[in-house]
Amino acid sequence: MLFKKVSGIASMLLALTLGAPTNASAAVPESDKPIKIMIADWTSIGLQGEMMSLILQTYGYTTELVVADDSGRYPGFENGDLHLAMETWQTTQQNNLAKSVATGNVVDLGETGLAGVEDWWYPLYMKEKCPGLPAWEALRDCAEEFATADTAPKGRYVGGPVSWGDHDENLIAALDLPFEVIHPGTDAAMFAELKAAYERQAPIVLWVWKPHWVPSLYDGEYVQFPKYEDGCFDDPAWGPNKTATGDCGKPYGWIKKMGWAGGEDVWPCAYQMVRNYNMDNDTISALLVEVDLNGRSNTEVATEWLKANEDIWRPWAACAG
Amino acid sequence: MHDSVTRAIPASAPTSRKPRLHSAMALAALAVAVFFGPVWLTVIPAWLEFPVATVVGDAINWFAREASIGGLAVKDITRLFAEFIDRPIQGAVVLLADGLFSGRGLDVKQSVPPLSWLAIGGVAVITAWRLGGRSLAFTVTICVGFLVLFGLWQNAMVTLSNVLVSVFIAAALGLALGIWSFRSTQVENITRAIMNVMQTVPIFSYLVPTLLLFGYGPSAALVATVAYALPPMVHNTVLALKSVPAETIECGRMAGCTRRQLLWQVQLPTALSKIAVGLNQTIMMTLNMVIIASMIGAGGLGFDVLKALRKLDIGSGLEAGMGIVALAVVLDRVSQAAAKRAAHGKHLQPGQQPLWRLLAVWIVAATVIAWLLPLAQLWPKAYLISTAAFWNNLVSWINQEWFDVLDAFRTFALLQVMRPIRDFLAAAPWTLVIGALAVAAHWTGGLRLVIYTVSLALFIVLTGYWGPAMNSLYLILIAVTLAVLIGFPIGFWLASRPRLQTAANLVLDTLQTLPTLVYLLPAVMLFRIGDVSAIVAVTLYAVAPAVRYGMVGMSQVPHARLEAAEISGCSRWQTLIWLRLPAAWPTLLIGINQTIMMAFSMLIIAALVGTKDLGQEVLIALNRSQVGEGIIAGLCVACLALIADGLLKAAAANTAIQRHRKNSL
Repeated sequence: MLFKKVSGIASMLLALTLGAPTNASAAVPESDKPIKIMIADWTSIGLQGEMMSLILQTYGYTTELVVADDSGRYPGFENGDLHLAMETWQTTQQNNLAKSVATGNVVDLGETGLAGVEDWWYPLYMKEKCPGLPAWEALRDCAEEFATADTAPKGRYVGGPVSWGDHDENLIAALDLPFEVIHPGTDAAMFAELKAAYERQAPIVLWVWKPHWVPSLYDGEYVQFPKYEDGCFDDPAWGPNKTATGDCGKPYGWIKKMGWAGGEDVWPCAYQMVRNYNMDNDTISALLVEVDLNGRSNTEVATEWLKANEDIWRPWAACAG
Repeated sequence: MHDSVTRAIPASAPTSRKPRLHSAMALAALAVAVFFGPVWLTVIPAWLEFPVATVVGDAINWFAREASIGGLAVKDITRLFAEFIDRPIQGAVVLLADGLFSGRGLDVKQSVPPLSWLAIGGVAVITAWRLGGRSLAFTVTICVGFLVLFGLWQNAMVTLSNVLVSVFIAAALGLALGIWSFRSTQVENITRAIMNVMQTVPIFSYLVPTLLLFGYGPSAALVATVAYALPPMVHNTVLALKSVPAETIECGRMAGCTRRQLLWQVQLPTALSKIAVGLNQTIMMTLNMVIIASMIGAGGLGFDVLKALRKLDIGSGLEAGMGIVALAVVLDRVSQAAAKRAAHGKHLQPGQQPLWRLLAVWIVAATVIAWLLPLAQLWPKAYLISTAAFWNNLVSWINQEWFDVLDAFRTFALLQVMRPIRDFLAAAPWTLVIGALAVAAHWTGGLRLVIYTVSLALFIVLTGYWGPAMNSLYLILIAVTLAVLIGFPIGFWLASRPRLQTAANLVLDTLQTLPTLVYLLPAVMLFRIGDVSAIVAVTLYAVAPAVRYGMVGMSQVPHARLEAAEISGCSRWQTLIWLRLPAAWPTLLIGINQTIMMAFSMLIIAALVGTKDLGQEVLIALNRSQVGEGIIAGLCVACLALIADGLLKAAAANTAIQRHRKNSL
């Protein structure tokens, strides 16, 4: 309800400036049933959800933004309580999505054009303490720079929550890095550590992903691990370590849109628009800075972008006339 | 001192000295067997672990997706139910937070605004004034003012809508279950068992099944919230009804009451002030759930907290969190005042208008004002206050100036205290741990308690969660020890200073309703990810009941005895150790029990900063949508909590019985 109101006002503004859609085909919207778009507690999914919501509303659909949990979303989609989600990350949700699609109740609506990057990241000042960076071999020599009393002499690497996978453990074993992985239970805890360390210019290396506000706010860069190629995860002969798999960085992954399969029959054209939706990292990163660091609302930022870029998104709605 | 009491009355203790000796000898024999015997006595063998989680997961998935009753799918029935309870929530949201809209798609506009803050805030203040006088009205005014001035009003009203409906349902259901349990011992035994489990299973573990059954949104959040907040209402209703004096009931009978009249006009009114304690706990627990409810679609202040903390805007998170506290304080204080008034049978004084008429007049007046003066409808952004920057700077300052000291403390605590305890518990042979528990149960409660304790412990063994369970035990052990060591002395100190108690209660309520995440993240910044931060957070949360029970226990000591002690020339320390502490002991044991329960309920939140215990198992299961694993790991938490609960309650009952015997000698 809350969000409905907010986006309602926004779409009014949008309508005033854009004018009603021309030659809207009589068939659109196919149904007045509200399309429930999932948003969650990280910014970009909220922003892209708002963007899609505004586009759909421009063509007469009723939309509702519903808050759900990233990994807990699947039952909702399988039962038709949630209809669309604009972000499903390969890096963490690949298996969940595949499992859910296999039930037949969920459809994969294609990639957003964004590429998720998730790897070891350090603040730039660490280069002074460990001059060999960003090459991964440097981590071997300056592990002690990253150590704390309880991990010494090993370095301390702040990984993601346990449920995000054990890629880092494999990487450390395969590349023989003297590091210990510390798992928080939530991403907020990871960035709390980063913030604390950054304020003190203290040593830290942790898991950071993009698009995200952290790389825009803090100066830093990714460790250059052997680049992921097919074979790294299943062929021991691949990569620097000839006897182990997993001796490479994480794959740069897709971020997909997903939907409730039943919705395809209710709002076929809306689903087509979602399939056509396409963005890139730079655009979204710039918008994320507006939202996260300049404190503007998703609605305001999305409306502004839509007004300035009609030539990009109008063609996505070709089926609406 | 207690030992001397026990020795003086050999036959009085549940297990007398000789069998106690026997069980201790049995434990020693077990230790010898473990030391020399086969490995499986030390390390749990694979053949003892069953894939219970998978079976349970499959069963629940089947139930939620495919099962049907009389041709109707279970899924559809529960959805219908969800829609049914969604109505009152939506109604409340429209009335309090959002108003009505006309048109849709492009033409949506607000046709009717919601009730203004002036109207709702005024209703709260007037009600407070009538029920609790000037001081309560003052408190409520401050809370309302806080919400308005800090720009939290609209989301606070979304939260309030959810909370009001949840509390109403939990209170009604709890009262009904309580009355039913009061009337039939069989029902009481069953509800008590179920409630005990429900109170200790972490909410995350039944979140996925709730979502499967009730879909996303406020109604699923409401079901989970009610399940969590129901037990204290039931417990307290039963206790309250049992405490009604037999004379009062006799009197009602003599006046010719039917059973129903007796209940509604004699028993319930007499018990009302004690039932209000249950209502208070239900309100507090509902507000505890606001954060988790907002994760599954309830929106409101909880979502504000989450959003702010994701950006590490600790100050804004704190403000939104204090908004939740403000709501809790208003709801709690006003409902307490109402219950007190009802219990005392206060009625209107001559010349006083009935409350509803005052409120109706106010709402109309305020709505007209809000219509003329937009400021009274929606407080303008330009006049909002924020202290967020101050809190953010404060945390940064502590981080920069004090980190070295804190880090040295962390390193010491971790390496010298925590790691050894953890490693000891992890390495302890499982048979010996269970044996020790059995002996403790034998000593405090007798054979039935032994069977109860051992079967709960075996459940953990058989489901394969022994390792994480020992890790939970280590966290709880340290956190509870700290909470009791900090909380009891503060409670004792406060007990003799009644003037400070109002303020102290406010602080304690804040500790219990302020979302833990708000202080979890600063803890991470200062103590890094890991067990130290987890223990800091759990201790902060669990210290509140320790203080409360410390306070209550001390103030229960009979004055006559204190005077006697003074006359015989006892020093303050002597009075404390020989008189006050023993007199307060049963209450203090219950306090320790409550502290442990609170600590257990925080395990799951502590998992967010990276523990390796049962809470983490539940969290992982939630993240991977593994229904079975989530529930079984959650039940293991419940098993640990129930073991502690059983032992401590038996110990408390023991002391009370001994005291009784002693007094009657």
